[in-house]
Amino acid sequence: MATQINKQLGDNIFLTTLDAAASWGRANSLWPMPFATACCGIELMSTAASKHDLSRFGSEVMRFSPRQCDLMIVAGRVVMKMLPVLQRIWLQMPEPKWCISMGACACTGGVFDTYAVVQGIDRFMPVDVYVPGCPPRPEQLIRSILDLQDKIKSGGTVNAREFKLRILPEGPSRFDEDELIRIRERNGFKLDDQKYDPVH
Amino acid sequence: MANETTDSKPTEIETVKTRLVELLPGVALEWSEFRGQTRVVFASGELLKCLNAFKAAGFDQLTDLTAVDLLEYGNVDDRFEVVYCLLNVDSGLRLIAKTHLNEPDLTIPSATSVWFGADWLEREVYDMYGIIFAGHPNFKRLLLPDDFQSFPLRKDYPVKGRGERHNFPIVTRAES
Amino acid sequence: MPLELLDSPDLDENKREGLWTLNFGPQHPATHTTLRLVLQLDGEMVIDAEPDIGFLHSGFEKLGEVLDFNQYVTIVDRMNYVSPMANEIAWHHAVEKLLGVELTPRCKYIRTIFAELMRLHDHLLCLGTCVLDLGGATAFMYAFNERETIYEICERASGQRFHTSYTRVGGLLYDVTDDWVKMVKDFVRNFPRVYRDFSGMVMKNRIFVERTRDVGVLSREEAIAGGATGPTARASGVARDLRRDEPYLAYDDFDFDVCASQGGDCYARFQVRMMEMLESVKIIEQAIDKLPKGPIFAGEAGKAGMPDKKEVYRSIEGLIHHFESVMPNRQLAGPKDSIYAATESPNGELGYYIVGDGSFRAYRARTRPPSVLHFALFSKLIRGCMLSDVAAVLGSINIIAAELDR
Repeated sequence: MATQINKQLGDNIFLTTLDAAASWGRANSLWPMPFATACCGIELMSTAASKHDLSRFGSEVMRFSPRQCDLMIVAGRVVMKMLPVLQRIWLQMPEPKWCISMGACACTGGVFDTYAVVQGIDRFMPVDVYVPGCPPRPEQLIRSILDLQDKIKSGGTVNAREFKLRILPEGPSRFDEDELIRIRERNGFKLDDQKYDPVH
Repeated sequence: MANETTDSKPTEIETVKTRLVELLPGVALEWSEFRGQTRVVFASGELLKCLNAFKAAGFDQLTDLTAVDLLEYGNVDDRFEVVYCLLNVDSGLRLIAKTHLNEPDLTIPSATSVWFGADWLEREVYDMYGIIFAGHPNFKRLLLPDDFQSFPLRKDYPVKGRGERHNFPIVTRAES
Repeated sequence: MPLELLDSPDLDENKREGLWTLNFGPQHPATHTTLRLVLQLDGEMVIDAEPDIGFLHSGFEKLGEVLDFNQYVTIVDRMNYVSPMANEIAWHHAVEKLLGVELTPRCKYIRTIFAELMRLHDHLLCLGTCVLDLGGATAFMYAFNERETIYEICERASGQRFHTSYTRVGGLLYDVTDDWVKMVKDFVRNFPRVYRDFSGMVMKNRIFVERTRDVGVLSREEAIAGGATGPTARASGVARDLRRDEPYLAYDDFDFDVCASQGGDCYARFQVRMMEMLESVKIIEQAIDKLPKGPIFAGEAGKAGMPDKKEVYRSIEGLIHHFESVMPNRQLAGPKDSIYAATESPNGELGYYIVGDGSFRAYRARTRPPSVLHFALFSKLIRGCMLSDVAAVLGSINIIAAELDR
């Protein structure tokens, strides 16, 4: 029905919803806040450089102030000491905002299953798009920006009310491998190589 | 590793050895060699005297300061080994100096009075092993958060930690 | 961990009259990823700077105790992430010294070529990002464009642009092909033009020169006592280069100069890096012309090395050799002793102190990171400089946060 009306109106007027129009605008001008901690930060810089140009997709400037950005790209591993900084910067960003978790370390901790690295930022922060890779190629990161644009265009609202529904933590549950180790220790069950069993 | 002046290097190390014996009378030094590198072990009670003697013998750069936890090494009497890698910048001669420490007394004097580059290296050794360096100008943890309770590189600390990495508040999308 | 932890500057109370405290980082474009400085400022002039690091401490050294020599190379890559293969070369250089393994000439030449390519990689990034921090975005684009060519060369050899994990004990992951040789020759032919463009834009640029000349001066005595190595020390007059003084790999066969300067300021450090880029290209040119033929792994003597995949799939000896190299209890047993071995990485002297325990795993794998000692010198370098010089000094000493924190 909407398309029939559009055809009658011709090329100068087209009808849409406010949500769709706002989402179209926001999707095509995502300004990233690069939270570049490690190696993925260098691939992020390569994506922004001239060969794989990220500004073709609307990310013209990488503003380093959270107040001026709407997309946070967490590129690189996040350690215990850095996580409060990450959360604080996320809270400082104004609505609507999205988060891309770039690289294996930001998604799940990556190769660093150690005492210091947070095993995925989604345990403590909401994430919209995950990009695997160590580090992901610039083409993968561009693909993830396009996926995010699709996500915004398909479900975005003008007053960001779709985010109010996400009230539960979205990462893996708190009951995980370390808890299993503690349960084992408490019950006196010992493995041969207790420090690090790769099968785990 | 090819040495450019293979004839003068052994005599250089011999000169250094004699110089050190002169500068440190009565201090026991155990010399050893492996793959062309010279190592010397001295007692931790004589640390500052030995380090000053090394500097006087020409080793003007401290390349590295680290520690090893020998808990699972087998056949050793001491738990911690503190290693000083030294370099003579003009001649290129290297020396690895080691000393040993045992619990409960894990305090040794700081090397910052001899080479100021030891500053952060000692803080890191404290951070990772819990070895205390007396006389350090700014002694606190370097890499881990200040309220971290354990010393991670000790052999009795598991790789995955004891749950510290999961102990943070969760921010959900609706409230952020 | 409470969020308030971020608010406490750790400086003396009695220095604070009339001074104000500025927190620089850990999230700041000019800090080159996660490091934090608490600056005490008198107007614009920096009176004191207390660095606070550890925002990227990932437990590398703990991982070195659970992964074996060939597995740890994947982790070591991620330390100095702007020149990944330089870390691998340094790690395997130390491991091969511990195990007493000798390399074949072809392997040495290929590793040398990659070490020099990584030197170009690192220096281009250091200069590019520092110029970006000082305001010149065009030079950043030029530098990164050239780095893309080096990424393609790494990808052709090992399959990955970045974090290649290309070296193994006694050899390399794959042998290089003829089109790789052609790519390197094309790169060498093209590089002088890029260098000319870049240096014209940067080194003679009046703004760049005025922002970096006489800023952050490091004297020779401070450099030696503080443990500085690499371009930072060479720019202060310490003319020490491990490629010439303790030659490793194939550096004996090549003719190159060691670049040093007497200035000790930021401009001198950049100039040393620019000159080193030209020397690196000279080495690569000589190496690629004289690349010897032959195997990558040292055959019977290099039992630690991996056999060719064709042999593994087609002959029982190859299969047994592969089994013996990979299965955890059957690998080459290292000596129960310790060594320290260093190479000249682009940032300085990257050394590994490895304690072996009789198996194919390190008991202790300590990295001697050049960035730690350089950043410890930072508070000496920045005294008396302006706030805007902080970016120039940080960029010139090229601190890589992952190497700093490990």
